[in-house]
Amino acid sequence: MADSSSSSGGPPGKDLDSRYAGLAPVAGGTKKAGALNRFDNPWLNWKFLAGASIIGLIFFFVFLGNLFWDTELALAASSPLNMPPVGFTNWRGQEGIPEHPLGTENSGRDMLALIIVGTPRTIGVGVIAASIGMCVGIILGFLSGFVGGWVDDVIRLATDVTITIPSLLVLVVIQSVLPSISLVTMALLISMFAWATPTRYIRAQVLSMRESGYVQMARLSGVPTRDIMYREIMPNLLPYLAASYIGNMTGAILAAVGLELLGLGPQRIPSLGVSIFFSIEAAALLRNMWWWWGIPTVILAVVFIALLLINLGLDEIANPRLRKAN
Amino acid sequence: MGSFSLNYLLRRLLVFFLTIWVAATLMFIIPRLAPGDPIGAMIARMAQFEGFVEGADLIIESWRKRFGLDDPIHVQYLNYLGNTLRLDLGYSMGNFPATVTELVGRALPWTIGLIGISTIIFFTVGNLCGALLAWYRTPKLLKLMIPISMSFTSVPPALLSLLLVYIFGFKLPLFPIVGSYGRGMVPELSPEFLGSVLYHGFLPAMSIVLATFGFWALGMRGMMVTIEGEDYMILAQAKGLKPFYVLYRYMIRNAILPQMTALAVSIGTLINGSVLVEIMFTYNGMGSLIYSGINTLDFGLIQGTALILIVSSALATLIIDLTYPLIDPRISLEGR
Repeated sequence: MADSSSSSGGPPGKDLDSRYAGLAPVAGGTKKAGALNRFDNPWLNWKFLAGASIIGLIFFFVFLGNLFWDTELALAASSPLNMPPVGFTNWRGQEGIPEHPLGTENSGRDMLALIIVGTPRTIGVGVIAASIGMCVGIILGFLSGFVGGWVDDVIRLATDVTITIPSLLVLVVIQSVLPSISLVTMALLISMFAWATPTRYIRAQVLSMRESGYVQMARLSGVPTRDIMYREIMPNLLPYLAASYIGNMTGAILAAVGLELLGLGPQRIPSLGVSIFFSIEAAALLRNMWWWWGIPTVILAVVFIALLLINLGLDEIANPRLRKAN
Repeated sequence: MGSFSLNYLLRRLLVFFLTIWVAATLMFIIPRLAPGDPIGAMIARMAQFEGFVEGADLIIESWRKRFGLDDPIHVQYLNYLGNTLRLDLGYSMGNFPATVTELVGRALPWTIGLIGISTIIFFTVGNLCGALLAWYRTPKLLKLMIPISMSFTSVPPALLSLLLVYIFGFKLPLFPIVGSYGRGMVPELSPEFLGSVLYHGFLPAMSIVLATFGFWALGMRGMMVTIEGEDYMILAQAKGLKPFYVLYRYMIRNAILPQMTALAVSIGTLINGSVLVEIMFTYNGMGSLIYSGINTLDFGLIQGTALILIVSSALATLIIDLTYPLIDPRISLEGR
């Protein structure tokens, strides 16, 4: 347990390290000068803030939309068909009308209403699946890292197997035998695969923190294991947990969108992925109805990029070395 | 060292076989969890679509034998495992009398080719970009350009392929967007055919690469930054080694190790992505096969294709894991 030398695993020349140890503080000292800045609050990270504001803006827009726009228009046959957005004409020469500012699609759904309804549904799947996956991951990760022994072996094996299996394929097989599916069922199915990556990640973090000085100190002072877990390790793990959660959410939304693109999502009230699936089925590309597939695609892309930015920001918050590299 | 290496090897093999067994078992259980008799329902639905199902009796019989309605469940299960081991995946109902194994055999090389080539590209480009981002001697201009080129990172490859199809297939028709080789060509080892394959594979591979390489660049950059703070870097500089030598021998060769581990972990996600990309381009691979299975309610085809892809994923992971000790000798000593 105390064998921390193996974890550093550096190149040959450990003794040289100590001989040249005097050099290290000099180089380290010049680097640290920037860190002494008064305003150097790690949470004021532009990537984190940018990503969070994009997600915030999206939800603000959805909230306004629910207040001021008729979301019933997201149902089929509620609007004229195939209208272009305002300022554009479709292949039949029709002009966009202000009643449907982002146009309408093949079966008479208003694109604006569709986005207002579909965006939170898409993100919601991610939130449900990622939350379940995270809870399981935290429990298993801590168990694996702390208990060790055969518990660790079994959990590691299960994690490795689950990560190796491409989740989309199993989900496709499941959904192809289920007659119809609700959004929540889909989220639950996705969460069956969403626990493995957090488990592995948290286990690794717990293992490395277990060997760190302050945990060793707490252990030597006779702090009970439970308190070490919750009072010492948990708070330090928070940025890692947050980053892992966001990554997990990205994965869950990705799986949901994948299923929806295959036509296996809930279809009555479309989410963004289902809408893209319908547009592909109806050859929207050939008919030059770019607003039909393009708007949901761009929104999904923005959501994914925002989540990535949050994740990168959290990484930098958790790891000071990454911060200094900027 | 010998015993530790053996331990590592055995663990990897255990994961490999366990993955295949779990996947096969899932494929066995899932149809049984569905309400009603899946085989009868499937045939009925097919008959609804096409009026008449060619060879329905043979299909039902083959499926009954496979899923067995008379045998006790453990016998059915053992029979099923035996069939799967012999790569007998049954008939494809949508493409009768072709067997699933035949169809998969035709599609698998395309998928492996697509994923293999894109993996080589994004792994090389991504790691190189990441290393250059962290290196202190990289020109300022490059340090500005690389992050811009990474802006598609984390956009799902399938959505990226939609954009690429629209831009390079419709607005500027530079690339073909349907199929994996030119229409009317016969697969053979001629330069024209290979050229056509590369031409058709360019956009699908690009959508995977553009969506993925940024992750590797970011991971590599993180590793490089950590390594820059190590004491042996100071030693290397103090020794007056050439910067390129330090970059390659001291930094990249150390930083690439966690990237290899990450690659082994990401194979599953990669296959997920490429299945969808293939569908967007109607590429003649496993993804399109699954999609046709979904559209024709051909459950045997979906199941067989999924199973073979999972086995491929396990195999690829195993290969990477087994080559890992070759590039990092420490791993066999640690006995992980």
